[in-house]
Amino acid sequence: MDESNKISLFQGKKGNLIKISSISLEGVMRRRLLDLGFVPGAIVEVIKKSPLGDPIAFRVSQTTIALRKEESMKIEGELVNHE
Amino acid sequence: MNNSYRIALAGNPNTGKSTLFNAFTGLRQHTGNWAGKTVSLAEGTVRHKEKNYQIVDLPGTYSLFSNSVDEEVARNYIVFEKPDITLVVLDATSLERNLNLALQVLEMTKNVIVCINLIDEAEKKGIKINERILTRKLGVPVIKISARNKIGFPMLLDTIDRLVSGKIECNPVQTTYNEEIEEKITTIESKISNLVGNTISSRWLALRLLDGDKALLTEFNRRLVLNDQVRREA
Repeated sequence: MDESNKISLFQGKKGNLIKISSISLEGVMRRRLLDLGFVPGAIVEVIKKSPLGDPIAFRVSQTTIALRKEESMKIEGELVNHE
Repeated sequence: MNNSYRIALAGNPNTGKSTLFNAFTGLRQHTGNWAGKTVSLAEGTVRHKEKNYQIVDLPGTYSLFSNSVDEEVARNYIVFEKPDITLVVLDATSLERNLNLALQVLEMTKNVIVCINLIDEAEKKGIKINERILTRKLGVPVIKISARNKIGFPMLLDTIDRLVSGKIECNPVQTTYNEEIEEKITTIESKISNLVGNTISSRWLALRLLDGDKALLTEFNRRLVLNDQVRREA
């Protein structure tokens, strides 16, 4: 796998599609994110950033969910090219 | 009281559980409180083919791992109050997310019916759902409905009737985990089933213990103490 494609959700730019590979969070927050659809293999779209860049809204399994930097930094994946 | 049954409605928020509840019960619902919980569950009744059903509307949740009070209330009801049937209401337009909860319920209890709600909305969006394949894969009846337009109700009520009268049986699919977890489940499962008998799924309990679910243990203790008190007072 191409290492250069690996970014955290926080580093994503508006419109990017990111395929999640790992979630470096524990406990209730990890569980919560998994329940909301942030699971390895899922493709997440960066919808928009707030004026100061935090939080960021993501599209995940047909729903928009905003994450703080604390969480989005710890979710990694690879950029997927638009078909 | 042999023809009276309890049905719990579980599902993600905004999947139309309450719409289904109201359509079922008409204006006959009232709010009930459960011992030790301030969160109230709506409750109502429906009659079908000489049987009475008490319907309980559980709080809408994405999960049942007791991450919040709502999840705990819903989880406790399914596990400890043991409804005769748990109806899992799914939103046809976002099945992927909704099936997460369905799989969790299938691990917890046997008699489950999956209702795929908002089927008319989904069809408008061009989403086609093959409920037969889903039924086969999940091991429980899957029924497409529209609670708002009362589509699929006869089918749903008949399935409920056939399930409580033992004409059909559920074989809910169990998620298989990796080897390490499965080994640990095997190690503790028989001990657990010695303790709880078949009142609670020992596999599910094993998984919760492996996950270190302290809230569940607290709930267990609370209920054991309550049972003791009831017994002493009796």
